[in-house]
Amino acid sequence: MHPAPSVIIFTVFSGLGFGLMAWLGMGYPTVTGWTAFWFFTIAYVLAGGGLIASTFHLGNRKNALKAFTQWRTSWLSREAWMAVGTMAVMGLFALLAVFFNSNLVYLGAIGAVMALITVYTTSMMYAQLKTVPRWNHWSTSALFILLALGGGAILAGDTLGTLFFLTLALVVQMYVWMAGDKRFAARGHTMETATGLGRIGKVRLYEPPHSGTNYLLHEMVYVVGRKHVLKLRLMALLMGYLIPLLLAGLSGRWFDLQITALIAHVIGMLAQRWLFFAEAEHVVGLYYDKR
Amino acid sequence: MTQLPETTAKKLGLVIDLDTCVGCHACVISCKGWNTENYGAPLSDVDAYGADPHGTFLNRVHSFEVQPDTGGCAQTVHFPKSCLHCEDAPCVTVCPTGASYKRSEDGIVLVNEDDCIGCGLCAWACPYGARELDQLAGVMKKCTLCIDRIYNENIPEVDRIPSCVRTCPAGARHFGDFADPDSNVSKLVAERGGIDLMPEQGTKPVNKYLPPRPKDTLQEVAADAPILTPVTDSPKGFLGWLDKALEAL
Repeated sequence: MHPAPSVIIFTVFSGLGFGLMAWLGMGYPTVTGWTAFWFFTIAYVLAGGGLIASTFHLGNRKNALKAFTQWRTSWLSREAWMAVGTMAVMGLFALLAVFFNSNLVYLGAIGAVMALITVYTTSMMYAQLKTVPRWNHWSTSALFILLALGGGAILAGDTLGTLFFLTLALVVQMYVWMAGDKRFAARGHTMETATGLGRIGKVRLYEPPHSGTNYLLHEMVYVVGRKHVLKLRLMALLMGYLIPLLLAGLSGRWFDLQITALIAHVIGMLAQRWLFFAEAEHVVGLYYDKR
Repeated sequence: MTQLPETTAKKLGLVIDLDTCVGCHACVISCKGWNTENYGAPLSDVDAYGADPHGTFLNRVHSFEVQPDTGGCAQTVHFPKSCLHCEDAPCVTVCPTGASYKRSEDGIVLVNEDDCIGCGLCAWACPYGARELDQLAGVMKKCTLCIDRIYNENIPEVDRIPSCVRTCPAGARHFGDFADPDSNVSKLVAERGGIDLMPEQGTKPVNKYLPPRPKDTLQEVAADAPILTPVTDSPKGFLGWLDKALEAL
């Protein structure tokens, strides 16, 4: 799949923003006044900025509001509702914390759960697609949620939370990479099933439909840069997981090396998310003998 | 509405005969011609006369070669591919705006371009590459089964079939109602063993493909064998005279 910058920025930063909201909603840390103002500003800039970035890949942005209508079947529509709902609930929570120095525990808890559901709906836009076997698995959602909690913990300055959730995310990440590499073959999608010609024998592409490219190849058969997969995986592993974990381990109860850990984590996550798209093979590639 | 209808009164679709298709791409061109000037936004081309031309097509012809397991000659199979108007169309349910829908009356899967935001998720959800986002209009384009022909009472009755079917010079494309067991398409599928593409995706495509019939096998001939063997050893008449005359030389 084409790793469009807009969707990479969207998933990385809105994930971090909603992750931070989840921690703030649960009261880790419990903040009021100016401290609360800055914490919530960061959360809203990340979550909102990510959502705005996601609209940049739309071909026809003027209809964007209609994306709220089909929540019965569409994960994208559900994502829109959850994002707006979470930001409204947490907005009220933030307002009370900033201006009235009051923390409504239940409201915060509801907002925290909604923030995590928002991340889940984001993940389901990808995990629902049977056409991309690498994504079509529960582990896609598990990793999105654990990364939101792990990255959110770095932002919230919670050392223990970072250590716990980022370690869990690391375990799931290793599984996602290893199992994901095998899933396309395991699902049994081949040029023979794609063409239905397998009952005769082995199929090969004799001639593509056109000498140039097309939208499908550009969008879903992205094969550029795959040779750097191993290097990028190592970079994601080191920057996204190991360095923040090490820095969290070196810090005390309060996250002294928070900013360094955050910068490393974001760089690692951008590499990880680039791979998430670039490595994802769509079954339509079978008709072009490319994956 | 992106909820799929439980059942559709008709199941309109195409049968594509892979045994008959000669790969001329006439269906591709007639499709582009009809659909660029009728339903919805035109099918645009980008850099049409430049070094890197590409554009929107609702139908594309791939060509494959199959090596039979039973031995014999490899077969070339020309393979037109367009929307299969699936019963369980995954492209419809993912749509956030309701622009994608499946008609309950005839099962045609359509895009209402006035509602489309061009997010491309439906194209991601389609295993067959049947949907293309038009790069100029920014909305999703797909086969409409020529809905503006098949119900169009302003054109002669013979033309009230999809443009690709009307055009095909080999008669490799057939249009009809799969819900009716006595229709031309249902009979063809029954007779020739029509197949689904990528059935493991669970999309239940309406369109069916008729598999190519097995080809003759070539007999092994030694490389140094004479290319023409004599038809007869003792010709008569004029050829007999010529034979004798040539041997006498």
